[in-house]
Amino acid sequence: MSVIDKAAFDELKQMSGADFINELIDAFLDDAPHMISEMQAALATNDVESFRRNAHSLKSNANTFGALELAVLAKELEFMGKENNLDIGNRLEVLNEALGKVAEELKGMRA
Amino acid sequence: MRFAHEPGNLLIVDDNKVNRILLARGLQQDGHKVEVAENGRLGLEKLRAGSFDLVLLDIEMPEMNGYQVLETCLQEPELRDIPIIMTSSLDEIDSVVKCVELGAEDYLNKPVNPILLRARVNASLEKKRLRDEQRKLFRTFATKEVADELLKSGFSLGGKYVNASVMFADIRSYTTYTENEDPTEIIELLNDYFALMFDAITSYHGTVNQMAGDGLMAIFGAPIHRDDHCEQAVRAALEMIELLEGFNQERAAMNKTQIKIGIGIASGRVIAGYTGTQHRATYTCVGDTVNLAARLEAQTKVIGEPILIESATRMAMGDGFKVKSHGPIQLKGKTVEVEVFSVLIGQKV
Repeated sequence: MSVIDKAAFDELKQMSGADFINELIDAFLDDAPHMISEMQAALATNDVESFRRNAHSLKSNANTFGALELAVLAKELEFMGKENNLDIGNRLEVLNEALGKVAEELKGMRA
Repeated sequence: MRFAHEPGNLLIVDDNKVNRILLARGLQQDGHKVEVAENGRLGLEKLRAGSFDLVLLDIEMPEMNGYQVLETCLQEPELRDIPIIMTSSLDEIDSVVKCVELGAEDYLNKPVNPILLRARVNASLEKKRLRDEQRKLFRTFATKEVADELLKSGFSLGGKYVNASVMFADIRSYTTYTENEDPTEIIELLNDYFALMFDAITSYHGTVNQMAGDGLMAIFGAPIHRDDHCEQAVRAALEMIELLEGFNQERAAMNKTQIKIGIGIASGRVIAGYTGTQHRATYTCVGDTVNLAARLEAQTKVIGEPILIESATRMAMGDGFKVKSHGPIQLKGKTVEVEVFSVLIGQKV
């Protein structure tokens, strides 16, 4: 089952041009795992601000690529960070799993 | 590819690589020169070191967020005039409102729509160009203090009534002179002459706002109000005549034609503001007082005295001057007679 919203992705591809969609996908595949490890580190040091900001960044990129489910998960974590609540249960693992699926699908969508 | 707009130097400040690429590529395709910075602190460093026409600024960033960068820019005279467009996600609308209230030029929602991006960037660049041109123009016409004050308080484009003194000055027999002179000589003469007149006018807080051929128009008491604008205008006129005497002595020594000028000053209510088009604007005054000053200047030919004023200026300029009344005179274009005075040279206190 697709985790990327086709319409949103096509719009991105159309406005960015076929050449440069690959550059965008690569940048995301590079950066997104860092964001999750930053969130993990922030969790360990109780750095609410960094946790929230990285969740925010991931949400923003997920929306850009039409990875709507990933965006919802990231947004939820961003919100918890904003509320100073780092009691997130297994949400980071769920987020990581969702990112894995998105990454897999995006790799196949390179032009 | 053809560019519909003049390219600009743009800085994109965003901690997110995907966003940086997304913003940068579209704008580069439009012909703009784009630099990027990965956080607010680096962005500010680049801004201080470079010369940018526009900034696209993210709000959520490590080290220094967009809000802090915006605040810092607005406090630094060198950065204050660079337009800043905030880029943010839809749920940051509160922060965006805060930024726009603070002085951000505009905002864009992420993911950014490329058509909207181009439109906003080009509109902001166009506005900045207009402002830059106004400032440049203004700096050539106004004293430094007036320019500084206006740049500090911002430009009000709308007209308003102000009390001011208006001066017109013209070279006598300019037409006959130009018929017999070498063109290079004439331009040289005009440049020397204007330089002297500007000196005199600006040292008495006047603003030269128009030059046409050998004539000029200056305003005292506007755009920045002064109570003593009548006195300042008359002192400037006396200084102009005195400087011109020295100028003529030099020219006589070089066996060149000497020149005479006529000056008319009138004081009262004028409508002042910026006029022009989107590409050329100047600070100017219009109204009866302005017409009267021009008529008085023309009347110097008839009366044969270099400085003519009317009663409003005479009453407000103080006692430091010798004047001679020429009685009520019917000036061209005036329905009632105007009391005309000449200010006597070499009599300033």
